[in-house]
Amino acid sequence: MRNEKEASGWREPPPASPDHSAGMGESSVGNSNVSPADAATRILPQMAMTPVRGGADLRPRGLGQPMAGRRQRKERGVQFVLLLFSAVSILTTIGIVAVLVAEAFAFFREISIFEFLTGTRWTPLFQPQHFGVLPLLAGSVLIAAGAAIIALPLGLASAIYLSEYAQERTRRIIKPILEILAGIPTVVYGYFALTFVTPMLKLIWPEMDFFNALSASIVMGVMIIPMVSSLSEDALSAVPRALREGAYALGANKFEVATRTVVPAALSGVIASFILAISRAIGETMIVTIAAGATPRLTLNPLESVQTMTAYIAQVAQGDVAHGTTEYRSIFAVGLTLFALTLLMNIVSNLVLAKYREVYE
Amino acid sequence: MNRPQQGGLAGGTGLFNTRQQTRKRMGSAFAVLCFLATAVGIVFLAVLLIDIVRDGAGRLSSAFLSGMPSRFPARAGIKPALVGSLWTLGITALVSFPLGVGTAIWLEEYAPNNRFTRLIQTNIANLAGVPSIVYGILGLAVFVRLFAFGECVLAGALTLALLILPVIIISSQEAIRAVPNSIRLGAYALGATRWETIRDQVLPLALPGVLTGTILALSRAVGEAAPLIMIGALAFVPFVPKTPLDEFTVIPIQIFDWINRPQAGFHEVAAAASIVLLIALLTLNGTAILLRNRFSRKR
Repeated sequence: MRNEKEASGWREPPPASPDHSAGMGESSVGNSNVSPADAATRILPQMAMTPVRGGADLRPRGLGQPMAGRRQRKERGVQFVLLLFSAVSILTTIGIVAVLVAEAFAFFREISIFEFLTGTRWTPLFQPQHFGVLPLLAGSVLIAAGAAIIALPLGLASAIYLSEYAQERTRRIIKPILEILAGIPTVVYGYFALTFVTPMLKLIWPEMDFFNALSASIVMGVMIIPMVSSLSEDALSAVPRALREGAYALGANKFEVATRTVVPAALSGVIASFILAISRAIGETMIVTIAAGATPRLTLNPLESVQTMTAYIAQVAQGDVAHGTTEYRSIFAVGLTLFALTLLMNIVSNLVLAKYREVYE
Repeated sequence: MNRPQQGGLAGGTGLFNTRQQTRKRMGSAFAVLCFLATAVGIVFLAVLLIDIVRDGAGRLSSAFLSGMPSRFPARAGIKPALVGSLWTLGITALVSFPLGVGTAIWLEEYAPNNRFTRLIQTNIANLAGVPSIVYGILGLAVFVRLFAFGECVLAGALTLALLILPVIIISSQEAIRAVPNSIRLGAYALGATRWETIRDQVLPLALPGVLTGTILALSRAVGEAAPLIMIGALAFVPFVPKTPLDEFTVIPIQIFDWINRPQAGFHEVAAAASIVLLIALLTLNGTAILLRNRFSRKR
């Protein structure tokens, strides 16, 4: 908009056909606020200086008139359809929030929100019913914490290796392998946790439960390594060479450059990747449903069976709990808690990125 | 260089002690540690693949691929799940590809730089982090109940389409952003309208990147089980879905069902189905990686 006048001025000189120059001025560049127009404004000053060949008489007659009808209608139609497509993502968010809040509201009319948030027993599927979400929350946090203990150091270390040490050829082999690791379906990870990792762990702790938090934690930790690794590596690679060279010039060796210059400089990206990975671990369903069991329990012992929020929702969805009952509605209350928690972590991660990002230009 | 061992500027004691030996050793140890950390993931992947192939390879046969599920592990097959997965993949792709690419085009080429656009952009970033089971809750409430599609292929595919939409949008945006501006300006200079520029110039150049992102997102959809459990795909399905409104199951759900059964024989069947699923995903991902490599070499 702001450059409309300049834009039409720019288009005066060439003896183009009326239709073309009009079409340009009206829709393509004149109305745009995005990159093409920005680029155009940068060219404009010089263009305005160039002498107009032939003077005012040769002005294309169509200038300033609307674009030929059919093309213009098509242009408007396309833009409208694309806007509708973009609205789907907004509708998705509205849908998620509306469904969760509406059903959770019905749930909280029967169970007080205070009991839900502070209760230490979760027994909705048998009498006496208790709806305290803390055991489920603790289960999710316990398993995510275990996964974080594995994935954060390993993921960061492999990011440092890929960004600072590995040669281009090695990177080209390792990165696709890590992508495959990230692409393994979670149900396959669950199978592996149950039939391989748990029996291995039982060799060390024979008394551990068959379904246990530790096995799920370990496998989930490995699952989120690629996420930490690739996001952190992006952050590390974005640190400019000059910083590294400055550190080398002061006598630092590679290890010191990596740990005292590059990692601190990329810290916001690294921490954002940590938060996103933990949020992913909290939202994961299949591994915990398969390997961690279905025993809501307020415990810190990873050798016991626990139930996470996600596993509870999946359990109710599989069973034959009647719709409209309190226990059925409880999945929406738990879902809302899960959604709020992961959303909060995503927002914090974005804030960390935006607020503490060092801009090198 | 023969440095003095003590008292000199380098390698000495006191204020100017540069501790060359210790630092060098720590540096090497750190490099080894970082390499080992990277190797953990790779070794884990290898063990996982070997374990699953060892458990399941014996059960792989054409009878397994074309067989119906059964109460007896020796006879169980994955035909309904395989066909269900293909149906779901097809519908998910048909819905999510135009929606995702269209949104990306709008955001990159049309959207004014205002609060509304930033809201959509933030919203998409946050949607990408919503747990898949929450999408399942949405699908259950909206597609299964509100639109009354029932527990069918269509409801599942639409749920998965919403799930992968943010991924497709974000990767398509990156591909579109990478198209140099000179191309657009050149098209405008020749009198093309904005849509003609996008259709004939920008999209063809961005297509490899867009396709790579879409294929990776679709392979995620093929492996998802949690949202489909929510919309009721977990069922003993002894028939092949014929229309999008039929009840269905998919391979990940079928694997989950078999893992949950007590008989040991079903674990083998689950492993065999996992092999089928992994081969399908590796093919999809391999295609995506090939596309990307060709793309990056061209530019």
